Amino acid sequence: MKAMILKEFRELRRDRRTMAMLIILPIVLLTIFGYAANFTVDSIPTRVIGPGAEQVAANAPDLFDIGEVDTDATTDDALTWMQDNDTEVVIDTTTQPPTAYIDGASLFTAQSASAAFGRMGDQVQVDILYNPDLDTSWVMVPALIGLILTFIGTIITSIGLVKERQTGTLEQLAVMPLKPADVIVGKIAPYFLLASFDMLVVTLLGVWIFDVPFNGNPWLFALGAGIFLFVVLGLGVLISTASQTQAQAIQLAIMMLLPQILLSGFIFPLDAMPTAIAAIGRCLPLTYFVEIAQGIFLRGAGIEALWLPYVVLTGMALFVFTAAVLRFRRDLAPSAHHRAKAKAA
Amino acid sequence: MTAWGVTGLTVERGGHVSLADVSVSVDPGEIVAVVGGDGAGKTTLLRTLAGAIRPTEGEVSAPSLERIGFMPTAAGVWRDLSVDENIAFVAAAHGLSGSVLEERRAALLRGAGLEGATTRLARNLSGGMRQKLAFSLAMLHRPELLILDEPSTGVDPVSRVDLWRMVSLAASQGAAVVMATTYLDEAERAHRVLVLNGGAVLLDGTPAEVLDGVPGHVVAADAPGEPARTWRRGRRYRVWSPDDPPAGVARVADIEDAVVAAAIAKGD
Repeated sequence: MKAMILKEFRELRRDRRTMAMLIILPIVLLTIFGYAANFTVDSIPTRVIGPGAEQVAANAPDLFDIGEVDTDATTDDALTWMQDNDTEVVIDTTTQPPTAYIDGASLFTAQSASAAFGRMGDQVQVDILYNPDLDTSWVMVPALIGLILTFIGTIITSIGLVKERQTGTLEQLAVMPLKPADVIVGKIAPYFLLASFDMLVVTLLGVWIFDVPFNGNPWLFALGAGIFLFVVLGLGVLISTASQTQAQAIQLAIMMLLPQILLSGFIFPLDAMPTAIAAIGRCLPLTYFVEIAQGIFLRGAGIEALWLPYVVLTGMALFVFTAAVLRFRRDLAPSAHHRAKAKAA
Repeated sequence: MTAWGVTGLTVERGGHVSLADVSVSVDPGEIVAVVGGDGAGKTTLLRTLAGAIRPTEGEVSAPSLERIGFMPTAAGVWRDLSVDENIAFVAAAHGLSGSVLEERRAALLRGAGLEGATTRLARNLSGGMRQKLAFSLAMLHRPELLILDEPSTGVDPVSRVDLWRMVSLAASQGAAVVMATTYLDEAERAHRVLVLNGGAVLLDGTPAEVLDGVPGHVVAADAPGEPARTWRRGRRYRVWSPDDPPAGVARVADIEDAVVAAAIAKGD
């Protein structure tokens, strides 16, 4: 038995990925999860408008982080800010009593704001926009589409690519008269098409089963989903280039998937996280897809409101996909060299 | 007629010298068998010739990838595709279609005995059938240089005969064939034999030249001799001696004895 235990430890010591999952991952998860798992929102970005704005701003509870007080702004301005996601709450003093517009797409923020205004009695009337019943599924379904695409993009794609390496056919491809670009695009295109089909099915089912409203432009949503797919497929290819077996690919994919689930803001609000943890969340592609999906589904937001997540996702797609293609191409590189030499000869 | 091969080839990988100053050439219509023990460098040599490994030093002379047929150790078939689908994919990669493809496909399937298995998934084929399919894929585009990495390892004796017949046919049609093998009876049937040991060339030449190139000679004996110079073969022993054999006596009986004797002589 002693020999068996010793052998197992020796093997584990050389399996760095499993060691990382055993030792480092629990510590990282505990730390991040501990800070991120917080449904309580302490500070809500708020603007106050209308003739009584200054007085209301001065008396607002501490929960509301008053960013702008504009006595000249109108109700239309307030609704535009809300649709553009420039703020979570607008208190409009052009009405009597003042109206508090709350962004229902930010579920936990909206719940906190609604409760705070409720404690103020009749002083403020509350109008929850985009998700008046604060229905959890309305907020979750658009975000879940991103999670499903992430799952398909990273895990399924990396497994499919590693299979080629594991069965030795990648070597065969490397010495066939195929351009590296043909191999890469040929390998990824089916996953892109299948994931696009999945996206369509999940979106339609989400709208049909959970009655989630789709208020925005479907083509704008399709564009965002397409860019996001490039990012997650690129991550899948990157994982495959760093894995020799399908088990290794799954390990790595899970390590990439977990932070996206916890820190992208679709379960725990980013506003409720400490700055450093939220900053990690801001580096994850799912965070920006969630912004796009919830914005288009619920707020009916257009590109003028969502340009930033689109730009960030496009940047990520270019970076990740280029890195993935270069690393995958490296596996096929000797043949390219050989081809060049043969041509020169 | 162009001879393909490598000259002064050295391959270092991860600080380890896999091949050191190896040269070999193969003419069209010729079969060169590469033999040697585990870690001798057979696969590295073949993969370098195929363009899958960059040489550290030396020259590789090979046709463009369009004119190379390569069968890797792991068979090189797509297991979740049927026999027909495997052929269709490789044909498309080589730009084969129409009557040319149909003619070659039929001939190869007939030669490989796979006519009745065209719809079977490659994963469901026997080891021998899978090897013959891999050979058919490597031969589909009638390559000028056919590189086969242990095509008959793990294959039953009947399938080995089939495979060898296919290899001979390819050579007779003009392909230059380089094949690694662990079966020394196959090596004896090749035009030339390259014996590798620890990444270096031990013996090189026609089978007759290899037999004659062994230093010293080998005798069959009923009792073992000096342990470092003795090995068992069947029920009897073989003993290597560094002395030349008596006049009219061969140095060794076959390639198997030649390979073992040369390895012993090198370490002696």
